[in-house]
Amino acid sequence: MTAIPVVARTPARPALERLTNAIWDTIDVSGRNLRSLTRNPQALIFATIQPMIFVLLFRYAFGGAIKVPGVSYVDFLMPGVFAQSVAFGAIGTAVGLSADLRSGLLVRFRTLPMSRIAVLAGRTLADLARNLVVVAVMLGVGYAVGFRSPAGATALLAALGLVIAFAYALSWAFTALGLRVSDPEAAQGAGVPVVFLLVFTSSAFVPSADMPGWLQAFGTHQPVNALVVAERALIFGQPAAHDVLISLAWSGGLLLAFAALSLRVYTRMNR
Amino acid sequence: MNEFAIEAEGLRKAFGSVTALDGLTLRVPTGSVVGLLGPNGSGKTTTVSILSTALRPDGGRAAVRGLDVVADAARVRAAIGFAGQFAAVDPNLTGRENLTLIGRLSRVGRRPARARAEQLLDVFGLGDAADRLVRGYSGGMRRRLDLAAALVHRPPVLFLDEPTTGLDPESRFQLWESVRDLARAGTTVLLTTQYLEEADALTDQVVIIAAGRVADTGTPRQLKERFGTVVFTLDFAAPADALAASRLLAAAGYQAEADRAGLRVRSDSGSGALPGLLRALDRLPDPVSVGVREPTLDDVFLTLTGQVPASQGGIPA
Repeated sequence: MTAIPVVARTPARPALERLTNAIWDTIDVSGRNLRSLTRNPQALIFATIQPMIFVLLFRYAFGGAIKVPGVSYVDFLMPGVFAQSVAFGAIGTAVGLSADLRSGLLVRFRTLPMSRIAVLAGRTLADLARNLVVVAVMLGVGYAVGFRSPAGATALLAALGLVIAFAYALSWAFTALGLRVSDPEAAQGAGVPVVFLLVFTSSAFVPSADMPGWLQAFGTHQPVNALVVAERALIFGQPAAHDVLISLAWSGGLLLAFAALSLRVYTRMNR
Repeated sequence: MNEFAIEAEGLRKAFGSVTALDGLTLRVPTGSVVGLLGPNGSGKTTTVSILSTALRPDGGRAAVRGLDVVADAARVRAAIGFAGQFAAVDPNLTGRENLTLIGRLSRVGRRPARARAEQLLDVFGLGDAADRLVRGYSGGMRRRLDLAAALVHRPPVLFLDEPTTGLDPESRFQLWESVRDLARAGTTVLLTTQYLEEADALTDQVVIIAAGRVADTGTPRQLKERFGTVVFTLDFAAPADALAASRLLAAAGYQAEADRAGLRVRSDSGSGALPGLLRALDRLPDPVSVGVREPTLDDVFLTLTGQVPASQGGIPA
């Protein structure tokens, strides 16, 4: 048996070329995911129907029973609905990735001379676009049921910026999940309880002050609540710098931690 | 130019406590078509996954065109095409969009990717369906598109993992024809299959693997002659003829059993034994019908491993 010739490892390509390739690949992958999304509009429709039902339920059915001192309930409610819609939307990232995993597309991607991170970055970028659409729709729905930002449009835009930043970070958390579960159903099943817990222990729909102390302790120290609190501070024109920083810190931390974890999981899938 | 496009030496891979590859060694001459044959769980998919850089070996080494599949994975990827067991195409894109996407991600360039997609759609008979969503394609069309996707960057080395499993006969023949065309154009092909018939139709060389090791290597004909048992069935007009025939054949050294007017004769020397067998029966009335059952992979496998092929399910890709 002749020995396999030992070939020296190819020197790494210049960093700039690698970066350019990664960016183009990310654009191509996210273009693919966005196309998939438009060809399969049910997913987008369901992503907006659920928060819409929540708006109607809480605005008209439960809202009368929830007293928030000093503000109109619909103005209190909508920041919570924005957070809720992107939090549930993030599960879609895990579902989509695990579908690609099961179909064998991720194996094909691993055998292509493409950038590794682009597979994940392209997915989260497309989901960011999807979240923008969902948030825009919810803004319209909110407006229709009487939501007006008391502190004006600029404050509202800043609040929505926080929502989008959180949406992007959370979609990386669900990237890691999507790569670890066996199929889309499992991704859905694992994602929903987590998001449920985060959304409904936060003050998204009900003031935290009305919750028992032990629940408050958890509910007020998690990222969805931090987001909702910061949104409200902006929308109601209160001093917001502290709350905004906390929310951004959550989003930044989640993004860094889960992007690193997801990339690690993805590159180690060949083991 | 390397003499061998693909070389693997002592490949080992385990998934938890399950050993998938246990020191697999093989070489694929440049420009040839080699078939990896073995039952489920024998390590076929694991082997092509490692060679196509989708999976890392636990031990041993492998090289494609002299490039190490682990240390030099990026350059290996530029030289290979890979089509897995399932059509890995996006059902929500059109055929054209799928090929263009894979072309871009394979660094073909944006404009050439479009031109190449167009060309491949034609070659694979998907021109009319090019702008339809893949979710409306038949299984055969998806497989052809999947094969086309593996070819967008004109790879000199191609890996196909059970390319025709689950296809109807017509789609299977079309795919075979495509593989033959590629081979004629000089592409080195390593394919896995469970069908001896497929290896027969396509490959220059067959590597039989069992329990993660190479059990034997040879041309399909050599293997069948070496290990397969051909069974001839002869039907006569009358049971008396069958009985007489079985006596004549036994005297001539054949293993024959008569059953009423029928006769089963086993031959270890391939179907080429038929003329001799018929000559031995010259003095009897001609049989009404003669059947030949060629050896199957199961026969070869049974002989090589002494056990019934284990169906323990596939090894995860």
